This record gives sequence, C-alpha cells and structure tokens, in this order.
Amino acid sequence: MRGLTWRDLWRQIVRNPLSLTGLSIIVLLVLLAILAPYIAPHDPFATDPLNKLTPPGREHLLGSDGLGRDVLSRVLYGTRISLWIAVLIVLTAGVFGTAVGIVAGFAGGFVDNILMRITDIFMAFPRLILAMAIAAALGPSLTNVVIAIAFSAWTVFARLARSRAIAIREEDFVEAARAVGASNLRILVVHILPMALSPVIIQATLSMGGIILTAAGLGFLGFGAQPPTPEWGVMVSEGRTFMPHGWWVSTFPGLAIMITVLGFNLLGDGIRDILDPRMR
Amino acid sequence: MVVVVWGVVTITFFVARVIPADPVAAILGPQAPQDAIERERARWGLDKPIHIQYVRYISGLLRGDLGVSLRTRRPVSEDIKQFFPATVELGVAALIIGIVLGIGVGVISAVRSGSLIDHTSRVFAIVGLSMPAFWLGLLLLLIFYHTLGWLPGPGRLPYWYPLPPRVTGLLFIDSIIAKDWFALKSFLQHLVLPAFTLGWLSTASIARITRSSMLEVMHEEYIKTARMKGLRESLVILKHAFRNALLPIVTVIGIRIAYMLEGAVLTETVFAWPGLGRYATQSFLSIDFNAVVGVALFMALLYSFCNLVVDLLYAYLNPKIRYV
Repeated sequence: MRGLTWRDLWRQIVRNPLSLTGLSIIVLLVLLAILAPYIAPHDPFATDPLNKLTPPGREHLLGSDGLGRDVLSRVLYGTRISLWIAVLIVLTAGVFGTAVGIVAGFAGGFVDNILMRITDIFMAFPRLILAMAIAAALGPSLTNVVIAIAFSAWTVFARLARSRAIAIREEDFVEAARAVGASNLRILVVHILPMALSPVIIQATLSMGGIILTAAGLGFLGFGAQPPTPEWGVMVSEGRTFMPHGWWVSTFPGLAIMITVLGFNLLGDGIRDILDPRMR
Repeated sequence: MVVVVWGVVTITFFVARVIPADPVAAILGPQAPQDAIERERARWGLDKPIHIQYVRYISGLLRGDLGVSLRTRRPVSEDIKQFFPATVELGVAALIIGIVLGIGVGVISAVRSGSLIDHTSRVFAIVGLSMPAFWLGLLLLLIFYHTLGWLPGPGRLPYWYPLPPRVTGLLFIDSIIAKDWFALKSFLQHLVLPAFTLGWLSTASIARITRSSMLEVMHEEYIKTARMKGLRESLVILKHAFRNALLPIVTVIGIRIAYMLEGAVLTETVFAWPGLGRYATQSFLSIDFNAVVGVALFMALLYSFCNLVVDLLYAYLNPKIRYV
C-alpha cells in the first residue's frame, strides 16, 4: 500500500464519487438485510393461491410470484442470504488462502514449490466449473455453496499473501526477531501476518462482486440454495416459467443482484484508482 | 503443465467419487431392486475399491478413453465432440462482438476523454460488468423475443426444422455446405441474443482496458512527435497510439476467452443452446461422474491452453519479454 494508511484510504474513498456511491449502496443493502423482518410487507414464504402472479401494484409493490408470494419481501430477505454467504465465502477463502500463502512465502524452497503447484492446479479450472463440480458432489445447499466457491476462490489470496510474505521475510525486523530467538510460528503470526493482511483485505473487497455473481449463478443453475429459499439466483430461475406474462418474478431479483454487485464493483474500482493512479 | 493436468484429473476424479449420493440409484430410479443396482454398479466397475477405479480411469485416459456417460450411455469423448462445436460458434460470435464493440468504444472514449460519450460508455461498462449473464439473457429474451418479436427464442434452429447433415458440427458451415439457406439465416437469427449476452461482459472489460491503455499511451512523447510531424490525427491514433496500447488489451481479450467457458454455462442454459456448457450443467446435476470428470478436464485444458496462448502472444507483441 505504499505508505498509505487505512485512514488515508478511507478519506480518499469518501472523496471519490464512484467509490462513495459504491459504499453508500453497500451500507444501504446491509441496513436492508438487517431490517428485512421489520420492513418486509409480507411473510416471504406465505403462499396465497388466490393472488398468483399479481402485477406490481399497491398490494404487492413488486408483484407476486407463481405461488402468490410477495416478490418484494422475498427480494429483501434475499439480501440477507446473498450478503451473508458472500461474507462467509470471502472469510473462508481469505483465511485459508492467506495461511497457505504466508507459509509458502515464508518457508520457501520445497514447501513453497508444493503449495504453489497445488495452487496452480486449482487455478487451471474456470472458477464456476470447479464450484459446480464441488457443489454437485456435495449436494445442493447453501452451506455447500460456501464451500464450493471458497474452494475456487482461495488461490488469489494465496498468491497475494505469498508475494507479501516473500518481501517481508527479508526485512530487518524479521531478522531481529529471529536473532532474539523467536520461533518460526511466532514470526509468522506476530510479524509477517499483520503486514501481509492489508492487501488481502483489499483483495477481499475486490472479490466480493464476482463471488456474489458466482453464488447467484450456482443458485440459478440449481446447484445452490433450493426452493423455497428466497435466494436471488433461485428466484430468477423460478421466474423463467412465468415469462413473459409474469416478467416481474425474474426481473426484480436479477436487478437486486446487479445493484449489489455494482456497489462492490464501484467501491473496488475506487480503491484500485486510489492505490494505482495510473488506471484512472 | 503435466503436473497441473494430472492434478486436475485427480481432483475431479476424487471430487466426483467421494460423494454421498449414489448416481446409479439416481439413474435407475427409487423403485429399482437392490440386485439391479448391484449389477449396474458391477457393470460400471463401481464395486471396486476407489484406488483401483482411479488406476483404471488413468490408464483409460492415457488411451484417450474418458469412460461412458451414465446418463447418455455414450462415450464421454463422443458427447464432447457432439456438443463442443455449438459452444465454439457461440464463443466466436461473442468474442467478435466483444472485440469490435469493446475496442471501438474504448478508443473513442480515450480520444474524446471527458466527453459525454466517454462518461456514458464508462457507466455502461461498469454497470455491464455487474450484470448477471443469465439475467441479461432473460431480459433480452423478454424484450426482443416475447415483446417485440424481432428475434427467435431459445435453441439453434426452429424445433421443427431438420438439422443439415453434420460435417463439422458447426451449423454455420454445415448449412453452407448443404446450401440450406433457410437454416443459415435462421441460425444466425438464433445466434444474435445468446452471442450478445455472452459478449456483453467482454465488451465491458475490453472497452475499459482499451480506454485506460490508450490514455496512458496518448501522453507519451512519441505521440506528440508524431503530431508535430504533421501526421493526420487518425493515423496518429491508429498507428502510433493503438499499436502501442495493444499489449494489455490482448491480455484482457485472452482472459475473456477463458472466462467465456464460464459464461457459456449460464448463457447456454438460458437459451437452451445445445453446447458443452449445457451438457456440463446437466451431467453435473445428475452426478454423471464420468461426464463430470471428462468435461471438467476438457474445460481445464482449454482454459490452460487459452492462458498459454495469451502468454505467447504477449511475448510476441512485447519484444522486451523473450522466453528462451
């Protein structure tokens, strides 16, 4: 981060109109997710056979779906699911990838070689394909979506953490710690990990958009959450049967995915601009 | 490379076998008698311990045998041969859209940097990158097929129309060989929406990188020199600026080709396009594991191959890098 502190970064994010927009979208979505049970006008699971496929109107702002469930309420609850699994995936992939990366970078030699070849193997798959294979093998469920996508996303973090660890390994303070007799584990955890963390956290922000898209894609294809879970990808897929007359059933959950991903992409772009002004 | 391929095979093999669900039971149905399931398992060699299955699979693979699909009952390699051409057609069309539109918009944005066109196209690019491909596909179908009726719906040809005789598997070429102009025209019409859906993401990212790469080059001294020599502006832009801005653009195009495999899975599902992506989804959903391993392996190889070609192109375009 070339001498940029977190406070500087924050100040620049707030000053840049793109990243500020992104950040506002994300904050708003987080609020909606937390408040979903209080602001959703209907129970997201309550079916109403007499009011199937009502177009957007006063009773159902975004219409109702094929079972008469309120689309708005389902989209609102979907915010919880999408944000929650995206955070879980980034945490899992980030922690695992960072652990592999700093061990590889710090140890060097044989260990590094083995760990990096394993990383290469995982990187040889298109991410969605790997996630599909794992999700199919484990069986479709939300937990398995987290595992499957984390499996396909950790490599970025491993490479990043490794390159940081290699750079930090040569620093004087590591030498000093070793001189006073610190163990390898202590050097890794106390000295290298904190220094390698900031690029990892930034990468986590940059990855969020793509991860939400992949998760929604898995849901859409049938590898993720299963009906009646109000997951956005599943909802888009359910709505396909009602095209074109019930267009709102697919359209609004898809719009929600787009806005969420847009929020993270805007924030990510802003951060990238700040860190690498050449890209502006 | 060999290590990576071996790793890919091993990972997919074990991921596909160490599963809680029983594919044989799934295919025969819940009412199947136990002895029929046993017989079927023995027939596919699934009753053997896993390491023996693994050795058998690897030795088959070395002979180019990917095993038989439990779902289609045909060799997986035959299935791949049958479904891959449709994906190639879709991918090539999408790539053309992505490159032409992306570079065009990117160059104009950079040359008119700060103008309304520039701002509009940047907004489009970032919104475009945030759109789920499957949702974009559905919207396009809703607008251009259901509502306006300008373009045909899902599929490659109308369902009642016989396919022209298969020569290459590429419908574009096969219908020309068969001089079946109706099929050609209908196929191209069917191609528009899926190709645009798949190409959209590439358009957005190619436009972005073209813009930033062009902007960077346009500030160089030699551009000023070229202008001062009195060269026409179009010549300065195309010959002096664009050629030097090409390097990152080629990289992004390469990355997009690799990503297209992912996009194809979603796009083909939305448009019922009979390609490898749809085959992959169906085999994965029915845990047809020979097909899963075969397709995953094929896609991983293709993906690695794309990345390799990008590296080589990069070296070719950038004389500063020479691999020895």
